[in-house]
Amino acid sequence: MSQPRTLFQKIWADHEIRDFGDGYSLLHVDRDIMHDLLGALVFEPLDKAGRKMPNPELHFATMDHGVDTDPGRGDETKIPGGKAGVQGLRRKSKEYGIHLCDIGDVRQGIVHVITPELGIALPGSTLICGDSHTSTIGGLGVLAWGVGLTEIEHVLATQTIVAQKPKTMRINFEGAVAPGVSAKDMILYTIGQLGANAGNGYVVEYAGAAIRALPVEARLTVANMSIEMAARYGMIAADDTTFNYLHGRPFAPKDAVWDQAVAYWRTLPTDAGATFDREETIDATKIGPMITWGTSPQDVIGVDGTVPDPAGAGSAEKKAYLERALAYTGLTPGQPIEDTPIDVAFIGSCTNARLSDLRAAARVLKGRKVAAGVQAWCVPGSGLVKRDAEAEGLDKIFQEAGFEWREPGCSMCVSLGGDKFKPGARAISSTNRNFENRQGVGVRTHLASPVMVAAAAVTGKITDIRKMTR
Amino acid sequence: MTEKFTTLTGTAVPLLRANIDTDAILPSRFLTRINETGKDGFGGFLFGDWRFEKDEKTPKPEFILSAPEYQAAKILLARDNFGCGSSREHAVWALKGYGIRCVIAPSFGEIFFNNCFKNMVLPVVLPEDAVVGIAAQVDAGHRELTVDLDAQTVTAPDGTTHAFAIDAARKDALLKGLDAIGVTLAGWDKIKAWQDADRVKRPWNYLD
Repeated sequence: MSQPRTLFQKIWADHEIRDFGDGYSLLHVDRDIMHDLLGALVFEPLDKAGRKMPNPELHFATMDHGVDTDPGRGDETKIPGGKAGVQGLRRKSKEYGIHLCDIGDVRQGIVHVITPELGIALPGSTLICGDSHTSTIGGLGVLAWGVGLTEIEHVLATQTIVAQKPKTMRINFEGAVAPGVSAKDMILYTIGQLGANAGNGYVVEYAGAAIRALPVEARLTVANMSIEMAARYGMIAADDTTFNYLHGRPFAPKDAVWDQAVAYWRTLPTDAGATFDREETIDATKIGPMITWGTSPQDVIGVDGTVPDPAGAGSAEKKAYLERALAYTGLTPGQPIEDTPIDVAFIGSCTNARLSDLRAAARVLKGRKVAAGVQAWCVPGSGLVKRDAEAEGLDKIFQEAGFEWREPGCSMCVSLGGDKFKPGARAISSTNRNFENRQGVGVRTHLASPVMVAAAAVTGKITDIRKMTR
Repeated sequence: MTEKFTTLTGTAVPLLRANIDTDAILPSRFLTRINETGKDGFGGFLFGDWRFEKDEKTPKPEFILSAPEYQAAKILLARDNFGCGSSREHAVWALKGYGIRCVIAPSFGEIFFNNCFKNMVLPVVLPEDAVVGIAAQVDAGHRELTVDLDAQTVTAPDGTTHAFAIDAARKDALLKGLDAIGVTLAGWDKIKAWQDADRVKRPWNYLD
């Protein structure tokens, strides 16, 4: 028998075309998905050299980053230059023969939402995208990672990428999570435990019973935020849950080829006895509803917790860090986070804007009203999510509660400017980054799960969802 | 591509914070300016929200890059996980557009780190103690550093030399200014042969 290998090692080996030594390899890229922010620019080297793409059929494009999300939106964007990106990407997609999920197409949506739901990403494949949250797709057992524009140029021209082999880390979740605790809470808790730089240089595999119990959409949420602990890749081995999810999706294989694919996919999970460079354990029973208080996703506490006090910081550097974060978020050291009033509630993003997220939030919102003075938005992750949600009447529940029901896009997660909250607003958000100014100038972001956002929207303040459950 | 990176001597600016993210380096709302300015036009937006008042033009006096002595900075000093967050290559373009060709920190966000090399900006990993020590000299008014890529050294203002590690392939690409696509396509036959074999093994992977 050969040496036991990890999921990552198997996928890496099955995509390695050349080993340059020193940890660098030339890997085949099975899928690439592009967005409007890249526009026509990313095609410049091809244009200049007069080259064709070797495999345009393996490339996909959609419009998400810069597009407006107002009902009735078109190519025009409120942000200057957004339209040029949209029209540039459209023109080039047609010219080079790339699958395009354009504005007005029900398949349009956030890159990391449409990639799984269309079956573009398949277990055991490699996938790149010019967006750091490409780690999301690892939730399907894909080696997926975010790259810069220059690396995409290389993939377009060669269908390969020069990659440096990461170290391996496994995060084992022991025990089961309590009712009302979501995948978002699991990953926020993990980042809080390990720190925002813990995964630097690693590919992370999430394992354990609590992970296996998650449906695919929740697994995508966990993998999504790998990058928030500096891990470029996060993975969860594919299993029957994954296969059932993918079967019948438009770009997934069919019939005999499907069976052949599943047989191959079943060989990929980490072998018993395979070793990792680092192993971490998370006690899943300790996880409750989480909320961030600071300006990094690592600045996170349980909703029943208190904001840290810089006076108790171990070092001058840590003290300065806490002071700066608290000065930005405008919270008092030692205060309970619960009952902090909010101005804005946002449900959207590649982290938490799938159908299951919207269903969960709608269960909280049904028959309730958004608190006076709170601006509440729901931006479905894709046209398909929106369509399916509307078929179930979720749009009515959101709208009757007082939420705006908008068109798919990245919207207030990346805050390119078209969609804007008022400067300095305090937001509770189902997104992934609470960085300074991320959601608008001076906007104070509290990251949380969709149900926590819904609860706060209703009460007008940060609220423990466990006290609201019907 | 003829641009190269060999040695760099210039003013260093200390920005000693951990986890400086690419949204801080280049706020999102400037990303679509690419369609007006091109990759070279982002220097004026560098650290936009930290550096400028709401009019996006008037420098905030408290931000370090507003000080006259740092206007011509070529090297940036930072703490752990510099460039974490978004994959936007625009963050590197903004640094370079401003004139910063080297960032020295104990660790970097990986995508940012990678993007630096694609743009002839050198990210140097030095231990935190060394970075803090150099920053103290800069704060005291001795601001000039020399970075020698071939020798893999940073020479501090007081003449102390700090060695740094860099992978041979990355170093070579910076020193020689290699055309990565051209280099890969020179081996196209091998890629094609790999795909032909893979089509047999994983036919579902190919969508034609």
